Amino acid sequence: MALFEGEDLACRRGEALVLEGVSFALDPGDALWLEGPNGSGKSSLLRLMAGLLRPESGVLRWDGAAIAVDREAHRARLRHLGHLDAVKAQLSVTENLSFWAEYWGIAGDVVAPALARLGIGHLAGSPGRQLSAGQRRRLGLARLALGSAALWLLDEPAAALDTDGTALLAALISDCRARGGIVVYSSHETLPVERPHRLRLAPFTS
Amino acid sequence: MNGFLALLRRDLRLGLRQGVDALVVVLFFLVAGALFPFAVGPAPDLLARLAGGVALTMAALAALLSLDRLYQPDLDDGSLDQILLSPLPLELVALAKAAAHWLLTGLPLMIAAPLLALMLRLPAEGQMPLLLSLALSTPILSLLGGLGAALTLGARRSGVLLTFLVLPLYIPVLILGAAGLEASLSGTEGTPPWLILAGLDVAALALTPWATAAALREANG
Repeated sequence: MALFEGEDLACRRGEALVLEGVSFALDPGDALWLEGPNGSGKSSLLRLMAGLLRPESGVLRWDGAAIAVDREAHRARLRHLGHLDAVKAQLSVTENLSFWAEYWGIAGDVVAPALARLGIGHLAGSPGRQLSAGQRRRLGLARLALGSAALWLLDEPAAALDTDGTALLAALISDCRARGGIVVYSSHETLPVERPHRLRLAPFTS
Repeated sequence: MNGFLALLRRDLRLGLRQGVDALVVVLFFLVAGALFPFAVGPAPDLLARLAGGVALTMAALAALLSLDRLYQPDLDDGSLDQILLSPLPLELVALAKAAAHWLLTGLPLMIAAPLLALMLRLPAEGQMPLLLSLALSTPILSLLGGLGAALTLGARRSGVLLTFLVLPLYIPVLILGAAGLEASLSGTEGTPPWLILAGLDVAALALTPWATAAALREANG
């Protein structure tokens, strides 16, 4: 039995169905690459997987149990990276990341290593407003390097990243999989991720 | 619980970093209140009668002024998704947000209130009752305001909507706060309105976090 699976998922945004009949099954260490043109529902599917949206029909299961049964447990096991990086302009880079560590109940001594890992250790004291788009994205990715969540849901994680940044991202993903984590990501470009499962979403027009 | 304190601390830090925001609320409270003597004339008796009601009304409007900063920035920069994706129950998220709002608006207003009362010639023996009325009413302003902010989150013209939604809910608070103050100034016992107000505090504390949490789930769906 797969660890994380979705069965016949449909999702409605307003009047329109943006997803229909989507199924997947992932084992520990798997990666899933969501492909599809703009508007094909990749972000919606990732938000469904995170529990931020409720499916119109279908069911998501973790270890055999529907995630709707214990949403708090599901939230505790996942990290979601959206289009926005959730960086506060008024707080320094360290303060930004320390807040999330504290909020998620992770010891604060992982903050500096996480920043160093993403190559933004030298920006630790800079306020969020001074960061470039790529640096903000790296700070967003640094949240993944806090703790060891079992499920990563990444929406266009390589957006705004340079070549080095993309390599760092690939290394993060590979580490997560090596310890048995599951990574689901959407991307228009081929990311240097080893043998991902692929799920192609069709553009939806109904 | 760590998550609750972390969120509260972050919101306080953001509020104080953006010191202007907190200051604007207090300045609005003082300046708008100080306009009354110009409009109704400087007669001390009249002003003294109006002082308590003016202070409470201005507190309600000042609290309203800062409500759109409660959840909107977190929605705009993607923080709200991350806040919702924590093991911390959403009810506690709502409570932390309302507590931060009270500490950044209700508390400074109470500190500034004696000054406004002085400008409006409230008798000295009215100062403590005014503070008591504010202490009992401002937490409700923040809790109900948090609910209104969550309900209108992401709506177009959410500021206008928020005003129409929240101000009617503030009316009982104004009535009871002013009644308690009035009664204690006129020498009769001011306690019953204050006791009802305290009861409303408890009810708001117990109920609004649930409603706010439900509204946040919807807003983010």
